[in-house]
Amino acid sequence: MSDVAGLGDMASADLPVAPGLGSGDGGAGRPGRETLRLFVRNRAAVAGVVMLLGIIFMTVAGPRIYDHDPKDIVARPLTPPGEIAEARLGTDYLGRDVLAGVIGGGTTSLTVAAMAAAMVLVIGISIGALAGYYGGWLDSALMRFTEFFQVLPALLFAMVLVALFEPSMWTIAFAIGVVAWPGIARITRAEFLRLKNLEFVRASRAVGATDWRIIRRVVFPNALPPLIVSATLIMGTAILFEAGLAFLGLGDPNNTSWGLMIGLNRGNFLTAWWSVTFPGLAIFFTVLSFSLIGDGLQDAYNPKLRGR
Amino acid sequence: MLRSIAARIAQALGLILAVVCLNFLLIHITPGDPATVIVGESGAGDPELLEQIRAQYGLDRPVIVQLGSYIGQVATGDLGDSYFFNQSVTSLILQRLWPTVLLVGTALTFAVAAGTMVGVATARRPESPLSHGATVLALVGFSMPVFWTGIMLVILFASAWKLLPVQGWHDVSYAPGLLGNVADVAEHLVLPALTLGLIYLAQYSRLSRASMLEVLESDYVRTARAKGLGERRVVYKHALRNAIIPVVTVIGLQFGALLSGALLVETVFNWPGLGRLAFDSILRRDTSVLLGVLLVSSGMVIVANLLTDLLYTVIDPRIRLRERTNV
Repeated sequence: MSDVAGLGDMASADLPVAPGLGSGDGGAGRPGRETLRLFVRNRAAVAGVVMLLGIIFMTVAGPRIYDHDPKDIVARPLTPPGEIAEARLGTDYLGRDVLAGVIGGGTTSLTVAAMAAAMVLVIGISIGALAGYYGGWLDSALMRFTEFFQVLPALLFAMVLVALFEPSMWTIAFAIGVVAWPGIARITRAEFLRLKNLEFVRASRAVGATDWRIIRRVVFPNALPPLIVSATLIMGTAILFEAGLAFLGLGDPNNTSWGLMIGLNRGNFLTAWWSVTFPGLAIFFTVLSFSLIGDGLQDAYNPKLRGR
Repeated sequence: MLRSIAARIAQALGLILAVVCLNFLLIHITPGDPATVIVGESGAGDPELLEQIRAQYGLDRPVIVQLGSYIGQVATGDLGDSYFFNQSVTSLILQRLWPTVLLVGTALTFAVAAGTMVGVATARRPESPLSHGATVLALVGFSMPVFWTGIMLVILFASAWKLLPVQGWHDVSYAPGLLGNVADVAEHLVLPALTLGLIYLAQYSRLSRASMLEVLESDYVRTARAKGLGERRVVYKHALRNAIIPVVTVIGLQFGALLSGALLVETVFNWPGLGRLAFDSILRRDTSVLLGVLLVSSGMVIVANLLTDLLYTVIDPRIRLRERTNV
């Protein structure tokens, strides 16, 4: 992270739930109409959505339209972009098509990031919800545990995990999930602490709802807005993590990814700028799209905090 | 006050102990028998040799006894040996610690100083083009993979314009004497520190802008203005002191991320620090070095957190340490 660990914490800064979301059951988790209206009026956020859709389209449909295997050697190594039709963005140090790599690399980056983000959310929300809802010794114990994970330099710990257990898409997603959850746990805990004694939660308890039902159906839906924002930002973080690991040679060697391309061409970037620049731009725009969407969601949920 | 500092130090020691236990756990859940790794491929077929190695390294003892002796070892500064460098891990790490501290310290100082300045300037005129520009830059800075930023800077500053050195931290021949030495290192430090600092510059400017905007709306700032203080004094003396607290918090929280970033930057620039060491030991499957680096870097994060906690009490005497520990 890069800003990895702190990002979630920055997003957590006081997020009051939008009015109208406080009804507990049934649909409360969906962004309200007002939120949606604010979101689509935010040009930067819409640009983020368009950018992300473009990247997803490129990743899913790209290989069908541009039918080149990123592993095939198509021309002389280090051919500059624009010289030959087989490799419009040039070739890498082995003579592979950079454009095909940029198109094909997205699958690995996005899949690993999505798996990792899912894992981050499951671990973070579970720990945060338990700590915040039950409080007491359980809270102290879980928060000590969270603190412990926060002092481990995330990327280094992920490197150690991947290095110890052979790189594959699963171990990489697992490693990112294990190191990146503390921010989400803290946000969830803060929300649960804030919500658990509000009237509607007390009312549910009074009518005899079990703790599990209250956590799942009453408190959690109301804690969603800041979590949706963080989940979006976590996707960006996870992509940066995957790219960093792949760059260090800890990517899945069987699947082209943007970070892996940059890592492999590291020795040649002074003679062949294109071999590292284009994959890097792909990472940049993907992370940027998630950041823009996350910021837009945050502003839409909290119009008062706009521009902060 | 003294008691709460003692409590924080005890907590820090507890965390370090936990990292040591984690290291031990990682060694033990790793697939593969450590004895076979030690004897290497040639000796793995020989059961007698394996037994002997197990007894020699204490691998035949109960796990809890092994944990105890591992903790004892680490406490005396023994982190094992690197089989590749054929040297003790501790001495390897000590050699590489200083370059990393130098890199991280420079980048952090640059990011905090410049970031706070940008944040304050933009908070005073929230609708100015500079302010919007800074917001965009913060987003861009966050979205770039740090190793790629480094490569791009090298292509720009070192290759296209041939301004700065791009590899390592010393030229083969540098001017003799202490001054020449320092100048040479400083020259090599510019690009890596800039690369690492830029990301955090973006984040700190955004953060200090937000907290400054909030503080500038508060009553005491209005009072300060009402009693006729100059704007400069209001902003830099009265408001900044409160506005900087969230920045300090985030420095502590993000120190681990900063070290992780340094790891990537060191790899790009061949900077001979801990990150480069970790990278090399991954390539060589030198697990003891890797775990040693993990332990020492976690220790650095713990110390950084302790220092930021102490810094709070200096910036804002109202904050007492005890209150912070349960946040």
